[in-house]
Amino acid sequence: MSLRKILIPTLAIVIFLVLWEALVWVNDWPNYKMASPSDLVPAFKQYWQLFLTMGWQTLWRTVVGLLIAIVVGTLLGMIMGFSKTMREALYPLLVGFNAIPKATVVPIVALMFVGAHDFNTILIAFMISFFPIAVSISIGLSTLEPEYRDILRALGASKATIFWKIALPKTLPEFFGALKVAVTLAFIGTNLMEIVSPHGRGLGALFDSGKTNSDYPLMFAVLIALAFLGIVLYYVVVVLERIFAGWAEREAT
Amino acid sequence: MPALFNAGTFILQNTACMQALIDIKNVHLSYDTDDGNLKVLNGFDMSVPEGGFVAVVGPSGCGKSTLTRLIAGLMKPDSGEVWLHGEQVTSPRATVGMAFQNPVLLEWRSIIKNIMLPLEIVPTKLTRAQQEERARYLLSLVGLEGFEDKRPSELSGGMRQRASLCRALIHQPDVLILDEPFGALDAFTREDLWQTMHEVKSREPFTCVMITHDLRESIYLADQVVVMSGRPARTQYVLDMPVTGARSIETLYTPEAAEMLKTLRHEIEVAQGRVPATSAAG
Repeated sequence: MSLRKILIPTLAIVIFLVLWEALVWVNDWPNYKMASPSDLVPAFKQYWQLFLTMGWQTLWRTVVGLLIAIVVGTLLGMIMGFSKTMREALYPLLVGFNAIPKATVVPIVALMFVGAHDFNTILIAFMISFFPIAVSISIGLSTLEPEYRDILRALGASKATIFWKIALPKTLPEFFGALKVAVTLAFIGTNLMEIVSPHGRGLGALFDSGKTNSDYPLMFAVLIALAFLGIVLYYVVVVLERIFAGWAEREAT
Repeated sequence: MPALFNAGTFILQNTACMQALIDIKNVHLSYDTDDGNLKVLNGFDMSVPEGGFVAVVGPSGCGKSTLTRLIAGLMKPDSGEVWLHGEQVTSPRATVGMAFQNPVLLEWRSIIKNIMLPLEIVPTKLTRAQQEERARYLLSLVGLEGFEDKRPSELSGGMRQRASLCRALIHQPDVLILDEPFGALDAFTREDLWQTMHEVKSREPFTCVMITHDLRESIYLADQVVVMSGRPARTQYVLDMPVTGARSIETLYTPEAAEMLKTLRHEIEVAQGRVPATSAAG
């Protein structure tokens, strides 16, 4: 069963790589048009140390941005979930904020906090990823059936108790659904900052240097490294979901 | 015929000679809605003696659920008084247990952990082991032995309702409030649960108020049936059952039962405003 769970995705990745290689080979594309998987191996070999350090920079800043997004998103979601007035007040603001392309925010942030590269990167990762978390928590809380609250409220339970014992666990499945979206968004945020406003850190900067040096296989290799990190982080969320919200999973029939 | 079951006696007259555990006196309540002020209760009276079982019936939207929230202390009346055990109700109290049509079990907890939930809120003298023992006892009482460690999603609708009943009773409440507890179940499951309800009532010392839409259910389970008038509701009619406590399902198929159902049916129609109150029942 678990072997199957590893084998099938692995096989799918291998098929994808073979098709990619074939596509480049059949069309006889030069590597500046599209690098093939076989071009990437030398790129990874040559720059593996850079990949490790820069990959780490991208990863930790993404994770920190995501953690802040979880805290702020959850708080916003709680405010909107518990108060109808706040929901009506904040929703248009949040939707408007979310609609602004973050690529346009990057130069503004870079100018605002000149030189604070780590801070700026984390800020963009946070800004792009908190929205789905806030929305999912607010919907989860505001759609809680009143009977759930009443069974505890009738015993004299405080609002905080009801939140910890019922509202919070009940919204966990929605929260993790949003977190899966937020993880990939946070990566986009980090890389936006690293590519649009490069400061020599992170995989985005490595991508940018590949562009300046016309090292096309390196650019593609960065993309693959990003995809790899994205998959790793996604599955970390999946594992956390199993642990904390595994009860929401139905047995396959 | 009315003499047989003392129909039409307003309980207010009885309270003087009975120790009432629940006493609702001349309660008025209205909601503020977008369409203005909505009057729900208009001088409602009800009194339930200790250990009694009262079923409240009435037309849809007449404020029956509001009544349960008043008794539970989740709401305050605009005027009038709600008394429980000689104390005026102004806020929720730990001596009340509630169960609804929706069993609202917590999916992330096992059945036994669900049942023990109230003990995490209400102060209790029981040790952890005694709490578990009580939970297991209640489960066996409702026929859910062996389901302690199952998840709610693994149980049928009727079983979930049984578990919900156990949760409402775990902290040994004085008052059990049931808001259409069997309304979503199929007819046979419902009759099974009626039997269970009698079983539980004979072993546990609570006083029960049950809201229902099912007249047969009301006369089979309760000692007294209260008919609420249409909105704004007051006490329209009170039917005292000739037999109280546990009884056989056969009692539902007697001419007396048919007569009582007919009377109640008529009172509901009056409450709905379909027939004038003057035309006599039967």
